[in-house]
Amino acid sequence: MRTSISRSMFAGSIAAVLGLALAVGGAFAAKYDPGASDKEIKIGHTNPYSGPASAYGSIGKAIAAYWQMVNDKGGINGRKITFITLDDGYSPPKTVEQVRKLVEQEQVLLVFQPLGTPSNTAIQKYMNVKKVPQLFVATGATKWGDYKKFPWTMGWQPSYQSEAKAYAAYLLKHHPNAKVGILYQNDDYGKDYLHGFREGLGDKASRMIVKELSYEVTDPTVDSQIVELKASGADVFFNVATPKFAAQAIRKAHEIGWRPLQLLNNVSANINNVLKPAGLDAAKGVITTAYLKDVADPQWHDDADFKEWKAWMEKYNPGVSLNDGNYVYGYAVAYTMHQVLKQAGDELTRENIMRQAANLKNLEVPMLLPGVRVNTSPTDYRPIESVRLARFDGEKYVLFGDVIGE
Amino acid sequence: MNTLLKSEAVAAGLPARAAPRERRWPLIGLAALLAAACLLPFFISNYRTFQFTLVLVNAIALLGINILTGYNGQISLGHGAFYALGAYTTAILIDQLGVPYWLTVPIAGAVCLVAGFLFGLPALRLHGLYLALATLALGVATPQLLKYKGIEEYTGGVQGIVILKPEAPFGLPLNPDQRLYFFSLTIMVLLFALARNLLRGRVGRAIVAIRDHPIAADAMGINSAMYKSLTFGVSAMYTGIAGALAAIAVQFVAPDSFAIGLSFAFLFGSVIGGIYSISGALYGALFLQFVPHLSEGISKAAPQAIFGVFLILFMFVMPAGIAGFVRLVSARAALRRRAGAQPAKGG
Amino acid sequence: MEAFLQQVLTGLSTGGIYASVALAVVMIYKATHHVNFAQGEMAMFSTYIAWQLMAWGLPYWGAFFLTIAISFVGGVVIERTIIRPFERQDAVLAVVTVFIGILLVLNSLAGWIWEYTIKVFPSPFPAGAVFGGLVSGHQLGLLGVTLAMLLLVYVFFRYTPLGLAMRAAAENPESSRLVGIRVSRMLALGWGLAGAIGAVAGMMVAPIVFLEPNMMLSILIYGFAGALLGGIDNPWGAVTGGFAVGVLENLMGAYVVGTDLKLTVALAVIVGVLLIKPSGLFGRTVVKRV
Repeated sequence: MRTSISRSMFAGSIAAVLGLALAVGGAFAAKYDPGASDKEIKIGHTNPYSGPASAYGSIGKAIAAYWQMVNDKGGINGRKITFITLDDGYSPPKTVEQVRKLVEQEQVLLVFQPLGTPSNTAIQKYMNVKKVPQLFVATGATKWGDYKKFPWTMGWQPSYQSEAKAYAAYLLKHHPNAKVGILYQNDDYGKDYLHGFREGLGDKASRMIVKELSYEVTDPTVDSQIVELKASGADVFFNVATPKFAAQAIRKAHEIGWRPLQLLNNVSANINNVLKPAGLDAAKGVITTAYLKDVADPQWHDDADFKEWKAWMEKYNPGVSLNDGNYVYGYAVAYTMHQVLKQAGDELTRENIMRQAANLKNLEVPMLLPGVRVNTSPTDYRPIESVRLARFDGEKYVLFGDVIGE
Repeated sequence: MNTLLKSEAVAAGLPARAAPRERRWPLIGLAALLAAACLLPFFISNYRTFQFTLVLVNAIALLGINILTGYNGQISLGHGAFYALGAYTTAILIDQLGVPYWLTVPIAGAVCLVAGFLFGLPALRLHGLYLALATLALGVATPQLLKYKGIEEYTGGVQGIVILKPEAPFGLPLNPDQRLYFFSLTIMVLLFALARNLLRGRVGRAIVAIRDHPIAADAMGINSAMYKSLTFGVSAMYTGIAGALAAIAVQFVAPDSFAIGLSFAFLFGSVIGGIYSISGALYGALFLQFVPHLSEGISKAAPQAIFGVFLILFMFVMPAGIAGFVRLVSARAALRRRAGAQPAKGG
Repeated sequence: MEAFLQQVLTGLSTGGIYASVALAVVMIYKATHHVNFAQGEMAMFSTYIAWQLMAWGLPYWGAFFLTIAISFVGGVVIERTIIRPFERQDAVLAVVTVFIGILLVLNSLAGWIWEYTIKVFPSPFPAGAVFGGLVSGHQLGLLGVTLAMLLLVYVFFRYTPLGLAMRAAAENPESSRLVGIRVSRMLALGWGLAGAIGAVAGMMVAPIVFLEPNMMLSILIYGFAGALLGGIDNPWGAVTGGFAVGVLENLMGAYVVGTDLKLTVALAVIVGVLLIKPSGLFGRTVVKRV
C-alpha cells in the first residue's frame, strides 16, 4: 500500500514526514499532532447557521448529534470527540476566518465537512500549506479529488459532473433522439452539472440540448423558465435545481400540461421534501440518481440501517421531523469519518489521518444504497463514485439498472 | 429625509468644536492609539492579527458610508457593489497581469472613484427612498453581474479567483499576517487623515450644507451636483479600497462573497458605529467583526436571532451610534470638570 | 405570439405576488412614513403561525382570520415595544437598523422553530387551471384578494375618519397633535394594519412559492421596487407597479437578455424610469416650501 503512494503526494508530504521523524527521535508523544491526546480528538467544522443558506445548518446539527452518540458509547479507542462547529454564513471570507480560528486557536486535529464549493475553494490552499486535513467536504464539485495538487483535501459525495454523465449515458442509450431542456441554478453547482452533462453527451450535445435556462436563488419562482422550456419543444426536462425550485418546476410543468421525461438531480431527490410538495402525481416517472436511502421510501422501513438511524434520530435529535434529508447525509458522512479515526488507531497525526482516509476499502456505510460503497486510495480521492438510477413510481423509488461507476 | 438627518446630526453634536486648549488631548490620545495599534500584532496570535486586519479593512469601507450617508445625506444600500469592484480589480490585476499587490490598491481605488462618480451623476435626481432603491438594485444585481458569462474569462465566473500570497516587502522581519496588518493600517491611517482634512475644511462644510439646506447651499453658489457626485465617487473609492485589501487578506474572491447582506451590513455597521463621525467607522468595524462571534457563542441554534437582538439593543442604548455615545459621555464629563473648576478659580 | 402571451400571463401572475407585497409596503408607508424592511419577514412569520394553527387542526378560514388577528396584535406590540422609543427622535437610520434587526430575528426564529425544509401551504381556491393551465385557480384568487385589499385600503385612507387621521399623523405629526389626533396611537394602529395586510399577502404567496423562512426576502425587494415604480404614496400605483415588475422581468428574461441577466436589466429599467419620473409613475410630486 505504502509503495503505491504517488510521487507528488510523497513530495507534498516530505515536510510532514521529516517533522514526524524528528519528533519520533525525541519522544513517544510523536503519535499526536495538535488536537489529539490520550483523552480527546478535536474535530473542526464550518457550516452556515445564519444567512440565506441556513437550511444546511441541519447537517452540522446531525454531525454533532452523531459524535454525541459516539461519546456516549465510550468514544473512539478510548478518546472522546470534541466537535467544534462554527458558523460561516456561507460567505467565503468568513469561512477563511473561522477555519483559521479552528486551526490556529482551537488547534483542531482536522477540519471535517466544511460546506460549499466557494467556501472550500477559499480555504483549500491554506489547509494544504498548513498540512491540516480538509476531509470529506460537503460539496459535489469535481475539483475535490485532485490528490496531486491538494493532497490534504478530499471530497465525499459523488461529484455533480459524474452524476450528470450518468443521465447523459442513460439518454444516449434509451432516448438518443431526445430534445433536452435544462433548468439550472446560476452558480458553480448548476454549471458543474451542465458541464458534466454536455461532456457526457459528447458531440451530440449541441443537437440534443435545445434550451438551457438559469435561475437565481433570489428568484421567487421559476414559472417563467418552465413556460419557456415547454415552448422550446423539449421532451426531456433536466431539472438541476435545489429543493424549493425543483418542486416549483415539477409542479408548474404539470400545471401547464408539459409531460416530458424528467431527470431530477440528486440534490433534490428527496420524497418528503420535494416530490410531495410538488405533488406525487406530478412527480410520477421522475428519474434520479441516488446513493443514499430516502427515509420516506417505504421499501427501507424494515431495513436494519433505517431502524438504527431512526432510533438515533429519536434519541439524539428529539423534536426533529424525519423529513430533512440532511440528517441522513450527516449521519453517513460522520460514520465515514468515524471509520477513518478508528483505523488511525493511536497514531493520531495529521499525516496518518490522511493516509487512513485514503485507505478505505469497500467500506459499507449505513444509509448508503445497496451496492454503493466507499473506496479510496492514495490516487483515488473520491470516496463515493457509484450511484444508481431510480424511477419514482408515485410512492417510492424503484432502482433500475446496475450500479454506475466503480 | 434630509431634514431628518440633520436633526440626528445635531443630536450627535456634530458641529461642536472643542476649544483650542482642549484640542491637545485628543491628539495625544490619537498618538497613543496609533502606537498601541503598531504594537498590537506583536502581542497577539496570527489569527487575531488577521482578525484585526479585517477590522481595519471594514473601518475603511464604513468610513466610505459615513462620508456619503452621514455627512452628505445620500443613503446607499448597495455599497457592496463597490467593495466587489475593488476586490475584483485587485484580484484580476494580480491573477492576470501579475501586478504587485500593493500597486493594485490605488488602482482599485481609482477605478471605484470613477465608477462611483458615474453612478452618482444619475443618482442626483433621486432622493430618499428612491435613491435607496437605486442603490439597492445595484447591490442586488452585483452577484449576477460578476457571474455574467461575457466576462467569465477575467472574473472566473461562478468559481471566482484564488490569489497567491503577497511577497515580502523590503525583507522586513514580519510574518505574512503582520505584513498585511501593517499594510492595511498604513492605508487606513492615510485614508482617515484624508477624510478628516476633507470634512473639516471648506469641502466638508459644503457637503454638510448640501445635506442640511440644499436650497440655501445652491443659493450660496455651491455646485451641489458636482459635490454630490464627487462625494459618491470618494465614498465608492473608500469602500473599493477596502474591497481590494480584503481580497488580498482573504486571497479569494467569488460572487458569493458579495451578496446583498454585505451592503446591509455596511449600512448598519456605520449606524451602530456612529454615522456622523469619522471615529465611528472604527467602532462599527469592531462591531461587525466581533459581535457575530459573540452571538455564536451564545446560541448555536439561532445565532442570527441573537445578532439581531444585539442590533436592536445597541440602537436602544445609543441611537446616535457608539461615537455619538462616546461624544455625549465625554461632553458631560467636560461639563462637570468645568463646573468643578469654576469655583476654584473664583476662590 | 402564443409564447409571448404565455410569458405575459406568467408575468402577471408573478406580478400579483409583488403587487400584494407592494400594497403592504405602501400601507405602512402611508401610516408611518417608514419603509419597513422587516415587513416581508413579519408576513412570513404570520404565515407560519397560520400553518401551525392548521397543523393543530383548525380549518383554513378559522386559521386565516385568527392569523390576521394575531398579526394585527403582533404589529401593535412590535411598535409599542421596539419602535416607539425612536418615535420622537426622528432617527431614520437608527430605525432602519432596528428594522434589519427585526428581520434577522424573525428569519432566524422561524428556521429554528419550524425548520428550513419547505412546507406546503394550502390554497382556499379551486385547484383547476385556467387559460390552458397558464394561470392556476389560486393565482386568480390571489389577484382577486389583492384587488379587494386595494379597494379596502383606498376607501379606508380616503373616506374614513380613522384613515384620514392616520395619514395626517404620518405626514405631519406636529399639526396633527394640535388638532387632537393621538399620533402615537395612530402609529401603533398603522403597524397593526400593516401586520394584518402582510399576513394576508403571506398566506396568498405561500401556496405559490412554498413556505420556508427565506420565502419573502427577494419578494420584498421586488415588491419594494414595484411600490416605488408606481409611486410610494399611491396604492393603485403600487399594485400596477407590482404587476409591471413581474411582466417586465419575464419579458426581459425571455426575449432580451436571457435568464442570467434578467434581474439586473429589469432593475436597471426601473431605475431608468425613476430617473425620468422621480416620484414614480403615479406618485405625487411633492412641492416643498422653503
